[in-house]
Amino acid sequence: MYRYDEHDHALVQDRVAQFRRQVERRMQGEITEEQFRPLRLMNGLYLQLHAYMLRVAIPYGTLDSRQMRKLAWIARRYDKGYGHFTTRQNLQYNWPKLEETPDILAELAEVEMHAIQTSGNCIRNVTSDQYAGAAKDEVEDPRIWCEIARQWSTLHPEFSFLPRKFKIAITACEHDRAAVKVHDIGVIVKRDAGGEVGFEVIVGGGLGRTPFVGKTIREFLPKEHFLSYLEAVLRVYNQLGRRDNKFKARIKVTVHEIGIEEFRRLVEEEWAAIRDTSLKLPKEEVDRIAAHFQPPAFRALDATARATEDRAAKDPAFASWLRHNVAPHKASGYAIANVSLKVPGQAPGDASAEQMDLLADLADEYSFSELRVTHAQNIVLPHVERDRLPALYDRLVPAGLAAANVGLVSDIICCPGLDYCSLANARSIPVAQQIAERFDAAKQERIGELQIKISGCINACGHHHVGHIGILGVDRKGEEHYQVQIGGSADENASLGRILGRGFSADEVVDVVDKLVETYLDLREEGETFLETYRRIGQEPFKERVYGTA
Amino acid sequence: MGQVVIASRLSDGRVVFVAKASEGAAVEWALELDAACVAGDDASAEAMLALAERDARAQQTVVEPYLIDVENKDGRLVPTKYREAIRCLGPTIRPDLGKQAEGPSA
Repeated sequence: MYRYDEHDHALVQDRVAQFRRQVERRMQGEITEEQFRPLRLMNGLYLQLHAYMLRVAIPYGTLDSRQMRKLAWIARRYDKGYGHFTTRQNLQYNWPKLEETPDILAELAEVEMHAIQTSGNCIRNVTSDQYAGAAKDEVEDPRIWCEIARQWSTLHPEFSFLPRKFKIAITACEHDRAAVKVHDIGVIVKRDAGGEVGFEVIVGGGLGRTPFVGKTIREFLPKEHFLSYLEAVLRVYNQLGRRDNKFKARIKVTVHEIGIEEFRRLVEEEWAAIRDTSLKLPKEEVDRIAAHFQPPAFRALDATARATEDRAAKDPAFASWLRHNVAPHKASGYAIANVSLKVPGQAPGDASAEQMDLLADLADEYSFSELRVTHAQNIVLPHVERDRLPALYDRLVPAGLAAANVGLVSDIICCPGLDYCSLANARSIPVAQQIAERFDAAKQERIGELQIKISGCINACGHHHVGHIGILGVDRKGEEHYQVQIGGSADENASLGRILGRGFSADEVVDVVDKLVETYLDLREEGETFLETYRRIGQEPFKERVYGTA
Repeated sequence: MGQVVIASRLSDGRVVFVAKASEGAAVEWALELDAACVAGDDASAEAMLALAERDARAQQTVVEPYLIDVENKDGRLVPTKYREAIRCLGPTIRPDLGKQAEGPSA
C-alpha cells in the first residue's frame, strides 16, 4: 500500500488546521454560509436532510486494518455508530457535528486519510478494480496508476475549479469491475500487439441526467505519457466545458456536442505541446510508486485446498458463499473473499462500527491487513489462503456478514435516497430492502447473476442507468414513484438501460421486479444470464408481462 | 392548515423550526415541530420567513430557512409533503435515529 511521504503529511495537516480556523470563524459568525459553503464542500462536508454528512476519501478503495479501525472509532466517537460505503469506494458519516468536524479530520490524518476533493468541481477520488493486486487476469496492478493520478490531481491548481466534477476510473483486467466506460475518463491498462504495457483511454462516459457510454479517444498510450495525456484531456475540457448550465457542464456533454473526432483532435493538439515536458513520467518515479504496491509475502501453497473443499461438500451454506463471494487469486493457494454489505434489514453499504472493527481484525488475521471497498458497496479481503476460508466464514456468520449474495439479485447498489439526501426525490433503501426480502436464497441461486441498481433521483448515485434492472425514484404529484429500466450494464460491454414504460408506485415496484425476473426465468436458454436473455429477446416480452400488453 | 419555517441548526445540522418571530426581537428556534409557530396565510408566512432569514444572517445560528406546509393530525403538527415528513422524523429505515428516536415530544 502507498504510505504518505512528508509532503502528503504536511498537506493533510495543513488542510486540517486551515479548516479548523474556517469552522471557528463560521461558528463565531465572522463568515456567512454563502462564504463558508464552498469551503466546507472542499472538505467533503455536506448539509443533508437531518444533519451534516462527511464524505471520507478512500483512494481507489484500498485501505488497511488500521484505517478501518479508525473509521470505526470515528463512527462510534463522533457519529452514530455506523458508516455508509459509497459507489465511489468512499465512506460517508451521516451525523457529524460541524464543530467536531476538524477533530474528525485530525483523527483521519493520523492514519493518512482525509476528505479533500470528495466534493466540488475538481478531480474526485480515483476509483479502481477492487481486485487490484490480486486478480488472476490483471495486466499489472492498476493502483500504481491510480496513485500517480491521485498525486497529480490533488490540489492541481489548473483543475480545482473545473466546469463540473470529474471522475476517473482505472482497471487492468479484461473484465471491467470498475465501470470505466461510464466515467469522465476511463483507463484500461493493457498490452499492445508487441506486449508493451500501456493504456486505452476512454472519455465522455457518465450517468446522471444525461447518461453516455464513454468513447475510446486513444487505443494505446505508452506509459510515460499517462499524465501528459490526462492533462491534455482535462485542459481541453476545462476550456470547452460549459459553465452556463450545470446540467450540461460534464465532459460527456462536451464530447457529445463537438463529437469524439473533434475532441480527439483538440486533445492530440494539446498533447503534442506538452507530451515531452515535465509531465513525461520518468521510469524511476513510476518504479518508486510501484514499490508501494509490491505483492505481500505470499506463501508457496498448493492450489488444492482440501479443508475448504471438504467443508463445501457437507455445508451448503458455506458452499453457496464460496460460489458467490469468493474469486480466484493470482497466487496459488490464495483467494479473494468478498464480504457482502447487503445484509437483511441493513441499508446497502452500511456497516456498524463493530462490523468495521471485525473486518479490520479479519484483515489482520487473514489478508495481510489489507481491505478494499467495492463500487458495488461491499468489502473485499483480497489475499486469503484458500484453506482458511472456512475459518474466515465462521467468523463472518455471527457478525451477520456472511450473506452469500455477491452478484445476485439482493446485492443491490443503492444510493442513500430520501432517507438521508437533500437532493433525492424518493426513497431508495426501502425499495432495495423489499426486493431483497422478496427473493429467498434458493430463488436467488436459481436466478443467478442479476444486478439491480437504484437511485433516488436523476443524479444517479445508485447507477440505475447501468443496472440489468435499474430503478429511478421520482416525485410524481407529491407521491414517490419509480421508473424501471432494463438492459443496462457497467462492464466491458457497457450499455444503458431502456425505460420500460410508465412508472410505478412504491407499492407496485417490487412486484414489477418479480415479473421481470419471472419473464427471464421462463424465457432463458441454458446458461443464459438475465442480461444475455434481454439482449437476445429484447424488451417486448418483459413489457408484455409487466403491462399486460406489448 | 398552515405553514411553518424549517431550517438546519448551524452547529450540528439538526432540523429546527421558528417558534416565535416578531419585529424587533430575536427569533426563537425550537427542535420540536409541535412548538413551531404556524402561519395561517401566505402573507404572514412570508413575513415569518423574512424574519427568519434576517435572523439567520444576523445571528448565524441557523442555515437555509424555508417554508413548509403542515396540517394538524390528532392534535399534532404534521408536514403535508413526504420529503418534509421524513426530514422532521428521521430515516424511515432507522427508527432509532433522528427526531423520531427522541420520543413523542420530538
